[in-house]
Amino acid sequence: MGPGAMSDKKTVIVDYGMGNMFSVRRACEHAGIDAVVASDKNTITKADSVILPGVGAFGNAMENLKKLDLVAPLTDMVASGKPFMGICLGFQLLMSESEEFGCASGLNIIRGSVKKFPVKNSEGAKIPQIGWNSVLKYPGGDWAGSMLDGVCETDYMYFVHSFYVEPEDSAIKCSRTAYAGIDYCSSISTGNIFGCQFHPEKSAWTGLKVYANFKKKIGGA
Amino acid sequence: MMNVRIIPRLDIKGPDLVKGIHLEGLRVLGQPSEFARHYYENGADELIFVDVVASLYQRNSLKEMISRIAQEIFIPLTVAGGIRTIQDIKEVLRAGADKVAVNTAAIKDPEFIRTASRMFGSSTIVLSIEALLENGRYLAYTDNGREYTGVEAIGWAKKAEELGAGEILLTSIDRDGTGEGFDIELTRKISEAVSIPVIACGGCGDLEDIAGVIREGRADAVSMASVLHYAVASGRGNSVTTGEGNTEFIRSGRKALPSIKELEISGIKEYLSSRSIPCRHGAGCHV
Repeated sequence: MGPGAMSDKKTVIVDYGMGNMFSVRRACEHAGIDAVVASDKNTITKADSVILPGVGAFGNAMENLKKLDLVAPLTDMVASGKPFMGICLGFQLLMSESEEFGCASGLNIIRGSVKKFPVKNSEGAKIPQIGWNSVLKYPGGDWAGSMLDGVCETDYMYFVHSFYVEPEDSAIKCSRTAYAGIDYCSSISTGNIFGCQFHPEKSAWTGLKVYANFKKKIGGA
Repeated sequence: MMNVRIIPRLDIKGPDLVKGIHLEGLRVLGQPSEFARHYYENGADELIFVDVVASLYQRNSLKEMISRIAQEIFIPLTVAGGIRTIQDIKEVLRAGADKVAVNTAAIKDPEFIRTASRMFGSSTIVLSIEALLENGRYLAYTDNGREYTGVEAIGWAKKAEELGAGEILLTSIDRDGTGEGFDIELTRKISEAVSIPVIACGGCGDLEDIAGVIREGRADAVSMASVLHYAVASGRGNSVTTGEGNTEFIRSGRKALPSIKELEISGIKEYLSSRSIPCRHGAGCHV
């Protein structure tokens, strides 16, 4: 099957009222991923793979997931071993907790926390970070066969965020990025789970490689 | 220092890409999708589409165009012009925009910024300020520079930030389309007054203008139209097929004002890098 041809495996893009799902769907279409936008738990439970996107506040996002009764279905989905991609806020939600407005609990799928960039920082960098930044390897890191396969360290991804992720297990850290004087983890990869702080669907040809790699993970005819 | 974004601004009238001077006297330059694709491939960091007569005619013609362009262009797309209601924002986002820029509706009802940013996230809501210098004060105008509001621009920028705007698109009406350089003082005053990113727009004539508004104006992003459009249009005069506006200029094969150099985005990025201004440049390992 050539690139762009549709897979028969169903991908669900979770719509929980946090931001624009449509650009994610368009990037899926471009990569030949058969994706639907859905917010009901039955559709998500039946999916072959799931993308959890999102922009906005962590607390609101968890509240919305609870209202839609999606916390358990998403956790089960990830535990089942099916490919899962969390983007931006959808990546942060995988963590145990966020320091936003005191402290809020996340999906607790990945042990770690979500922290805010220092508003006053040595670089005078504006918060949120809005724009293109580099994704770099950790020492000894290798992206071959990963969701960043084909991406190189001279490439840039598009970021929009005020908070960043700090996973406890450094073995799952996939890429790092520097902003506001902080060298932070901009993507993780562990088993069937990939999470990234950047928006691959808004990162031109570099980001589209991530969707092409996701399609390889999904497999299908 | 953050990578500075270079953002082509495409003013749209009906089906055409147009460009005016001081936001008036619009000339048709060609088909927007051709220009958009060229800029995307050439390294544009985002694109801004402005429906320049939307407020005037109470219409929203950009949606169809955006939905076609969003099929093949995977960088952030901002839509401005004619965004009056929450429903307008929903429809434009659904069509493929990532952000909307609001001017007239926000000045009429500042709470619109709060409502919209709570609903869609601050990063989706851009405040557009069209400023004109009058008796030493920068005043905000609406309806693409046509309507006087009396609102003082710097205070308005601060208020919009408090209300939840995620970025400011700052256009100098005095400089727009002239190629005389950005209004550096205006940009610096606004940029120092707020902590959200400021996109400087209006007046770009050459490479030095861009470096100037970043270094002295403290712009976080730079938007330009004529310098880029005329470079593309001069090679594509025959692609003008629609005729809602004044096509005489492009058919005549004349050039832009002498103050406006023809620039390519890749060239702008190389220049900025040579001046130690960080930006996303090159195609990485893309082949």
